[in-house]
Amino acid sequence: MAVTTVPVATAPAPVRRGTTRREDDRAGWGLMTPFLVLYVLLLIGPLVYGVIMSFSNASLVQSGLSGFAGFSNYSEALRSSDFWSSMWHTVLFTLITTPALVVLALVFAMLAERLRHGRWFWRLVFFAPYVVPSAAVALIFGWLYAAQGGLFGTWLSDIGIDSPNWLGSSSWAMASIALMTIWWTIGFNFVLYLAGLTDIPRELYEAAAVDGASPWVQMRQITIPLLKRTTLLITMLQILASLKVFDQMYLLTSGGPNFSTRPVIEYIYDMGFTDYRSGYAAAASMLYFIGLIVVSAVWFVINRRQAKEA
Amino acid sequence: MAATTLSRPTRATPLGAAGSDRRMRYFNAFCGSVMLVFAALWLIPLLWALDTSLRPEGDVTVHPTSWWTSHWTIGAYRSILNSSDMATWYMNSFIISALSAALTVVVCSMAGFALARTGFRGSKAVSGLLLAGLLIPGQVLILPMFAEFSFAHLLNTYWAIVLPSIPTPVAVFVFMSFFNGLPVELVEAARIDGASWFRVYARIFMPLCKPAISAVAIFTFVWSWNSLLWPLLVMTSTKLMTIPVGLATVQSAFGIQYARVMASSVLGALPLLVVFLLFQRRIVEGVANTGIK
Repeated sequence: MAVTTVPVATAPAPVRRGTTRREDDRAGWGLMTPFLVLYVLLLIGPLVYGVIMSFSNASLVQSGLSGFAGFSNYSEALRSSDFWSSMWHTVLFTLITTPALVVLALVFAMLAERLRHGRWFWRLVFFAPYVVPSAAVALIFGWLYAAQGGLFGTWLSDIGIDSPNWLGSSSWAMASIALMTIWWTIGFNFVLYLAGLTDIPRELYEAAAVDGASPWVQMRQITIPLLKRTTLLITMLQILASLKVFDQMYLLTSGGPNFSTRPVIEYIYDMGFTDYRSGYAAAASMLYFIGLIVVSAVWFVINRRQAKEA
Repeated sequence: MAATTLSRPTRATPLGAAGSDRRMRYFNAFCGSVMLVFAALWLIPLLWALDTSLRPEGDVTVHPTSWWTSHWTIGAYRSILNSSDMATWYMNSFIISALSAALTVVVCSMAGFALARTGFRGSKAVSGLLLAGLLIPGQVLILPMFAEFSFAHLLNTYWAIVLPSIPTPVAVFVFMSFFNGLPVELVEAARIDGASWFRVYARIFMPLCKPAISAVAIFTFVWSWNSLLWPLLVMTSTKLMTIPVGLATVQSAFGIQYARVMASSVLGALPLLVVFLLFQRRIVEGVANTGIK
């Protein structure tokens, strides 16, 4: 859920009869106030305070900011290999999960669209995991991945393949987390694709079928090109969501083994709440935030260009 | 379901040769089987959790991967509800999510109405400020927010989770676009009759925007019920934990007593699965609308 519904403020010209401009202003600001107070206190305020913190030696164990630190937190973070490796884990996770979650969701949606019956069933099956809390998902997959008696490992040995050490080896842990994430979140993209598919006029397929185009050709030449904007949207939402990964890694591996799956949010968490270095952790947050802003800006530009073409 | 399928004319049989018709049928059968395989794969984790949770603990230890037992039991559930804080966590999660949903609807619908209808001076600037807020993920604010709540002595209270979930720009935009779609005459008529702006909002507009209310309420509830990072930071006392935070401690509490671990995860998943089953169409349409517009 994010970043998407962006209607422009198209306030209709205020009604003149029986009302005055001053009254409109007062009522408008009055209705706006509860939101604005919370918004300033809980979003704008913390952001400003976070920036200030990042230039200080603040620590959780003592109150206040404990002195000006200049850019030292930033330069330390930029030189820290732990910071960069946690950034890399977040990016790697995004690189693995995004293509899988976009392509599989598209395939599932196109297949479900072709089948006339049971649409509610597919939606139920693929979307239901999405509403399960991450902590419950992690418990279930911890059991499926268990080295002793885990279902996945047993299946593999049954067909004669040595089961990997799903969560215990640095080379497999990231893949196992990605696999769980695909199971957990694909429903969201699936539903977005289904909605996109209903916008494609039926007649196009009928005309193509009359011309003798096979279902495969129809999918490649009609469905996929017409879903281009939907795909762009889903890809961007997915990238932004994957870049915010924390739950799955924290719950399934606690960032291990040997920090090989620690995402940047967990690094910030560790620095701020385990090592009590709020100032430094705030600086790391800001660097991460800048990264997210850059990604969003790229999306904005691409989206603009697409809209112009259309 | 209704909304998506009704408008669909039945697929016309292609006028071409019977060959292409048969090819189409084979292709659809192929699609169907592929989907069934994937659906089975997607169902296995949940079914497996349910299955494990209903077997006796000893059975799970001896035959971990067997789907069958001759002694089905709800012992694991009973022992969890009796011995752990699960019931308390349920209550905490429920109160927090319900409060978040209710307050978000009230506060954000008022803001949405003000922006969409009153045309107050400065409304352009305010909506710009809200748009900028879409770019700020809560995750980068955890340190200053924690300092703020610690300063206000609100850690380990429900408010620590409820308050940050209220000012959501997306919710305001949902209400705004809904209010924008209602006819102007509604406002004019009421204002001529001397109704105050607040009355117009509360008595005329709110009753007309039930779909927006339910979408925002359901989403806030689900999101709040499932959030982990922030509740993990601010709820350190076991009695105040929410379901996700509590579940995060379950593995270490039960270790390899997997029937119990799975029973807790089933209990954790159950409420929202029920909510989803009840409101399937609403939720799915909500995702599609907020995602695509």
